[in-house]
Amino acid sequence: MNTLATPPKNFEVKPKLDAKGEELGELLEVSMGPHHPSTHGVFRMDVVLDGEKVVKLKPVFGYLHRNHEKIGENISYLANMPYTDRLDYFCSMTNNWAYALTIEKLAGLAVPERAEYIRVIMAELTRLQNHTCLIGFFVQDMGALGTPMMYAFREREKILDLFEEVSGARMMCNYMRFGGVRVDVNDEWIAKTKKVVADYSKFLDEFGTFLTENEIVLARTQFVGVLPKDLAINASITGPMLRAAGVNYDLRKVDKYGIYSRFDFQVPVGEHGDIYDRYMIRVLEMRESIKILEQALRDIPAGPVMDPKAKLRGFRPKAGEVYGRVEGPKGELGFYVISDGSPNAYRYRVRPPSFINLTILEDMCLGHNISDAVVILGSVDIVLGEVDR
Amino acid sequence: MFNTLDQIFVNALHWLVSFVPEPWRPLASSMLCISFILMVFPAFFSIITIFERKGIGRIQNRYGPNRVGIPFTKIRLCGFGQFIPDGIKSLTKEDIVPRAADKVVHFLAPVVMLIPVLLAYAVLPFGRNMTMTDYDAGLLFFFAIGGAVEIAVFMAGWSSRNKYSLLGAMRAIAQMISYEIPLILSAVTVVMVVGSLKLEDIIAAQNQYTYGIAHWHVFTPWGLLGFVLYFIASLAESNRTPFDLPEAESEIIAGYFTEYSGFKFALFFLGEYLGMFAISGLGITLFLGGWTSPVSFLTWIPSYIWFFSKLITLIFVFIWIRATLPRLRMDQLMNFAWKFMLPLALINILIAGIWHFMNVEWQRWIVCSTLVLAAYVWLGRGLMHQQKLGKRTYRYAE
Amino acid sequence: MLGEQIIKGMAVTARNFFESYVSKDRLTTVQYPEERLPQKGNTRQFPFLVYDGDDAEKGLRCVACQICEKECPPKCIYIVKSKDKKPDYKGQMQVYPVRFDIDLSVCMSCSICVEVCPFESIKMNTEFELSTADRFGGLLFGKDKLAKSNSYYQKVHPKDAAESDAVIAAEKAKAEAKAKAAAEAKAKAAAAAVSPAPPVTPAQPL
Repeated sequence: MNTLATPPKNFEVKPKLDAKGEELGELLEVSMGPHHPSTHGVFRMDVVLDGEKVVKLKPVFGYLHRNHEKIGENISYLANMPYTDRLDYFCSMTNNWAYALTIEKLAGLAVPERAEYIRVIMAELTRLQNHTCLIGFFVQDMGALGTPMMYAFREREKILDLFEEVSGARMMCNYMRFGGVRVDVNDEWIAKTKKVVADYSKFLDEFGTFLTENEIVLARTQFVGVLPKDLAINASITGPMLRAAGVNYDLRKVDKYGIYSRFDFQVPVGEHGDIYDRYMIRVLEMRESIKILEQALRDIPAGPVMDPKAKLRGFRPKAGEVYGRVEGPKGELGFYVISDGSPNAYRYRVRPPSFINLTILEDMCLGHNISDAVVILGSVDIVLGEVDR
Repeated sequence: MFNTLDQIFVNALHWLVSFVPEPWRPLASSMLCISFILMVFPAFFSIITIFERKGIGRIQNRYGPNRVGIPFTKIRLCGFGQFIPDGIKSLTKEDIVPRAADKVVHFLAPVVMLIPVLLAYAVLPFGRNMTMTDYDAGLLFFFAIGGAVEIAVFMAGWSSRNKYSLLGAMRAIAQMISYEIPLILSAVTVVMVVGSLKLEDIIAAQNQYTYGIAHWHVFTPWGLLGFVLYFIASLAESNRTPFDLPEAESEIIAGYFTEYSGFKFALFFLGEYLGMFAISGLGITLFLGGWTSPVSFLTWIPSYIWFFSKLITLIFVFIWIRATLPRLRMDQLMNFAWKFMLPLALINILIAGIWHFMNVEWQRWIVCSTLVLAAYVWLGRGLMHQQKLGKRTYRYAE
Repeated sequence: MLGEQIIKGMAVTARNFFESYVSKDRLTTVQYPEERLPQKGNTRQFPFLVYDGDDAEKGLRCVACQICEKECPPKCIYIVKSKDKKPDYKGQMQVYPVRFDIDLSVCMSCSICVEVCPFESIKMNTEFELSTADRFGGLLFGKDKLAKSNSYYQKVHPKDAAESDAVIAAEKAKAEAKAKAAAEAKAKAAAAAVSPAPPVTPAQPL
């Protein structure tokens, strides 16, 4: 009698073998497509899975390409300033500063002291709100249904209100000019900013109890997505990812651009290079930013905010090439400009930190689960406006 | 007076059944009880979905739904009519069945999910004398029926002929099976101490008062641990955060009900929530005293009010946890079940046995409390330290 | 102990839940469109043209110099100069725009046009509820829709309007002073030309 216990005589299962003679499983190819709740923008990952482990991962982007560099070569330098807002749309002030820095280097313009202080204040406020948003998105990717994200956005609104009061727009500020800033800030604004910064430390404490030692967050982020130090340096990673991997490299200390040498702040450096380190480095950076902000708001001098030699219209810098960079919240944001004496640039190139940090995604994700790949992507902190330009 | 208020539903049932001729009375009584359950619990489900959305909204510093009251009028009712448009929406969506799907199984899966869950309500005591069928082995019946939910999940995943939903279904079943064991083992401690599988007896054992406080099982060391284990296991059984990997797989696989749309999806949703209520109801019966009141001077409040308020409280805790915690990864989930909850449940059985056999009150409190605390801390530390997880300090560059 | 931090996190959530009923800081949603957040003083949405007085045609400050058209980054402004001239606020005869179109669907609200305008004639408006169902021209605003009076500008951006008015008044005063000085010089020259030479008295005989 043919029962299930004894298989029929010609029944044979031959497993597929690969070159080494080991059993080959069936590989699952998935495209986490551009429409996806967990990829930060229109970004696609072609993932090849073996069961649940990632075997190959190819990031595919370009869905948000807007010809930024071509536009920059066809319009005047001043008219390109609003376009730089839209590169990394979370951090418009930092983008503006990097561009203004580059062109000031090219044209030899000096920036008055009050404008330098204002630039530092704006850049650190941008860093605060970017990192806050990032932590919100990062925990959202882990499945927390948006609660930390809502708290993060509630605090970010306060900073965006400050930006709106001074420059008229919340995100696309268009605030820096070559030789200074567009409008001055008044004492009322300084007082409001002081209050926001004071409240921010309390918010960070509350956020920290929520997340920093939460066992589930620890279990999902520690020792996941490790980026070793030498690989990070070889792959030109910059920003908090590099510092989490253990390399002490912060452009504010290395280049000392602006007036950062006057402020007393420290640079946190991680050890393991995993997701938890990247998240904690960003939290510690936020606290350092608060320190810088307190010092800048206390010491800001009175004076003009625009170089009297700078011209708005008919601005023709002399011919030459220059590379200017700042420490953006996501990494080293650089602008490379070649000028030939005409009102437009001859060649205008952006060094996007998110794009370069993204090239290492596959190496970090190999061997992990697909759920980890999503969280690793969240910790790289990409903004598609910058990746695709 | 309060006694009549307490027994109002029972008396109403007897009065209605008295209109029916004698041989048909048991059948009529069962029919009326069934219709009561079928009316009350889906209505409860609709209200709870709105409470969930509003509760999560308030936690996230925003309003939940607050516009739809009575449709087609301007009466807002703080948004509590939201379930009407949601129900209409799910009814009017197109019912897509994949061409390669196994049609019979695909059709039956939501039904197989819903029917056992509704059957489980038959043994739950909602108030004094308000159990529909009081079996001698009521607890066993509940767990036996609850196991049928897993087959429904598998049917849903298999019939869709979709690699991804099959994988999701496998994960869901693995999760549900792993967490059944701590669930049942924590219930076993109650059975050991009470000595009976009958749910009415379990409540009667808790219906005694010492110094005004009831003898609820949750007020004992083994009961507290058992309740915590039961609660975490019930979170996993109902696929709620932090164990909702099968259903909210925002990563790639949309889970075992990716191929369901319209009314069948609504049935799955209904089945999941009703399962949540049923398992909470059982937890209340086993550990929180069922329909009894915690203090002796509040026994005048009707018993069904106590049961439903405890049920609402437990559901609010479910919602609160859902709004707060991120998700666990699959292997971490299984790790947690097999390496933490199962040993703890077994140790809990030992502690319940020690409690049962020690007669001196203060001695057994001290022994059992220290054992509970020691077991929890030891196993917890083992779980985290095994993978070297923990707080870290960071150095600053010079 | 395992679960301690989770309990602390849940305490934070519960605190938010209860405080959302009590404090405004914990319930930051505004029920638009019944309630609206007050707009900040400096907020900028889309440009508009300023005219003095009541007549949008006669009081329009814009002299069609086309600087904003050249400097606009997305090139959303289109100006057609007039053939005749009309007096501006200083009394000089200036060209005016016959057509002044801004395509609001292209405009990126960068306010560079406002910065470079030498005549204080284009400023930023604060109105943003401009959606229309007409995809092909519903947001192409011509001179009639863009021109708003100076009193509107003072209502919407009081501080900027005060500065702008001060600049205009200074220019006007300068122009008037120049005109007065020119008139005085002319009058003096005319008086010098008109008044006859002093009479030549014949020399008295000895």
